[in-house]
Amino acid sequence: MFEEKQLDATKSGKERYDAAVTKTLAKNPERKEKFATVGGIPVERLYTPLDIDSLDYGSDLGYPGEYPYTRGVQPTMYRGRFWTMRQYAGFATAEESNERYRYLLSQGTTGLSVAFDLPTQIGYDSDHPMARGEVGKVGVAIDSMADMETLFGGIPLDKVTTSMTINAPASVLLAMYIAVAEKNGIKPDALGGTIQNDILKEYIARGTYIFPPKPSMRLITDIFEFCSQNVPKWNTISISGYHIREAGSTAIQEVAFTLSDGIAYVQAAIDKGQDPNVFGKRLSFFFNSHNDFIEEIAKFRAARKVWAHIMKERFGVTDKSAQMLRFHTQTAGSTLTAQQPENNIVRVAIQTMAAVMGGTQSLHTNSLDEALALPTDKSVRIALRTQQIVAYESGITNIVDPFAGSYAVESLTKRIEEGAWEYIKKIDEHGGMMAAIERGYPQQQIQDAAYEYQRSVESGDQVVVGVNKFQVDEDASIRQLLRVDPSVGENQVEKLAKMKSERDNVKVKDALEDIRKTAEGSDNLMPSIVDAVRAYATEGEICGVLREVFGEYKENVVL
Amino acid sequence: MADRKIRVVVAKPGLDGHDRGAKVIARAFRDAGMEVIYTGLRQTPEQIVETAIQEDADAIGLSILSGAHEHYFKAINDILADKNASDIVVFGGGVIPDSDVPRLLELGAGAIFGPGTPTNECIEWLKEAVAGKNN
Repeated sequence: MFEEKQLDATKSGKERYDAAVTKTLAKNPERKEKFATVGGIPVERLYTPLDIDSLDYGSDLGYPGEYPYTRGVQPTMYRGRFWTMRQYAGFATAEESNERYRYLLSQGTTGLSVAFDLPTQIGYDSDHPMARGEVGKVGVAIDSMADMETLFGGIPLDKVTTSMTINAPASVLLAMYIAVAEKNGIKPDALGGTIQNDILKEYIARGTYIFPPKPSMRLITDIFEFCSQNVPKWNTISISGYHIREAGSTAIQEVAFTLSDGIAYVQAAIDKGQDPNVFGKRLSFFFNSHNDFIEEIAKFRAARKVWAHIMKERFGVTDKSAQMLRFHTQTAGSTLTAQQPENNIVRVAIQTMAAVMGGTQSLHTNSLDEALALPTDKSVRIALRTQQIVAYESGITNIVDPFAGSYAVESLTKRIEEGAWEYIKKIDEHGGMMAAIERGYPQQQIQDAAYEYQRSVESGDQVVVGVNKFQVDEDASIRQLLRVDPSVGENQVEKLAKMKSERDNVKVKDALEDIRKTAEGSDNLMPSIVDAVRAYATEGEICGVLREVFGEYKENVVL
Repeated sequence: MADRKIRVVVAKPGLDGHDRGAKVIARAFRDAGMEVIYTGLRQTPEQIVETAIQEDADAIGLSILSGAHEHYFKAINDILADKNASDIVVFGGGVIPDSDVPRLLELGAGAIFGPGTPTNECIEWLKEAVAGKNN
């Protein structure tokens, strides 16, 4: 990136500086012997042009909106439009969640993000024995299209975009969304939004799997195909590093495992005869924004560059938007402390800055009380205001990719890129991500990193303010926390029984039979699932049939 | 008998998939010289108690981040009583508000460890709890 003469001068300057440092260290040693990022990458005291000498501006950075997209996917980034401020929310019943969504929209969120309860995420109706105690706890309980109609009541589905954190049963929830919109006179091609639909990271880190890998991959590629033809503005998958990082991975592992999952999905769809230039445009990603400010900015930039390279070089993709890595970000839940929770506001603000400097397309900011319970209205508002302050007041949104050219950021971007390629190569050697997961490889890597981190916190090497340093005695009992009413489970079960007694049960039976036959064959499953939800077949009934045909995944326990 | 290693079942009850804490504490117990049986995800209360009895465990540690803690502590407490196995020490951790802790202690939990607890604190507590039980 620099002229020979310039570099020579820099070199001799660096020697002078190093000599001065040696003298200083003799008198005043540094705080630690070794410095590293939160993700464990060793960091230098000072970065200079010498550290990024090997970079070529055109091919390594380029311009925003141009390959390899290191500097962002749009030419004007936030000067055109801010990222989508999208707060993940949902709890108890569809009625209560609907109220929270309308509150969030009235406060200036620009997209919805639905949290489902665990029974919904694992394909059980609220009356299933495995659902006991869990209904409405971590998200909203959805059993049938009737709940979905309530959930989106009074919300114009052709005007907002909706992200749904749903994986194993993604086809069912997407089908319900399409059917609800249709009932309100909105055609599928007018719908915008995202389903998470990323089963591989469920096996690796998040745990809400249902079916074994093969049929799971089929469900995913069926969705790709169906949406290409019918719901063209829908993001068919959100390939997620967020949960991998929350499970304890390093930043490099987060990038590498996520992109390796992406490779597996692209390959699976290509194997089904689909064109990556078409479905590739609707792939989206989801990353974590963690504490280490510089490392995180570098991580987002590196991820974009590596993915563009994968799509172009490995899969021969020529369509520009199919080469772009577009991503949602959530601030790191695992960095929130139960101790002195107000401090979390500051952590979230720093993480927000990193996500924005990294060029995110949408963002969820965590609330200060989430290490304790689901957030209250007030704490959610503070979290949203944090995004708005960064957007409207900080000035960082006026310049595209403002950290480019920083010797430190460019150097770390390069380091993360190289680290990610090393892992991707290893996973290829395992025979791809699915095989690697079966051998417990990514799980083991993540666990080792998590344990290492815990030990560094306990040794005091990693300071967590308010937890292992600067503690105070607190009266935690006075905190106002959100409580899910214990009657939610019973009410939901009653509602479900009533709905079942009022629907046309013969129609439901036929629709479920149709799903069974399709599942046993190889046709696209989406049309028969859409038909079934229209007839008010429940999620548990549909997943029940699929469980019978496909079987269930059994976790490979790694410790 | 004096040197018998502490045997502890670390379990993930119900549908919650957050297993980082469970795995970290399981490894910490193992590094502290205990015999650890980690159940993996999606265990019913019946399965957890069954595992503990079969493995002749001294203790069961439950990791719950889904908000369903009261349900699972109650279920496990009831089944242990049913099987005459209430001498097994039960404890837990996860995302559990402080105000819920007294209720869980009533339901048979010996201790609840919230986010940010050093693993050493859990280890020391467990050693004492198991020693107390055997005396």
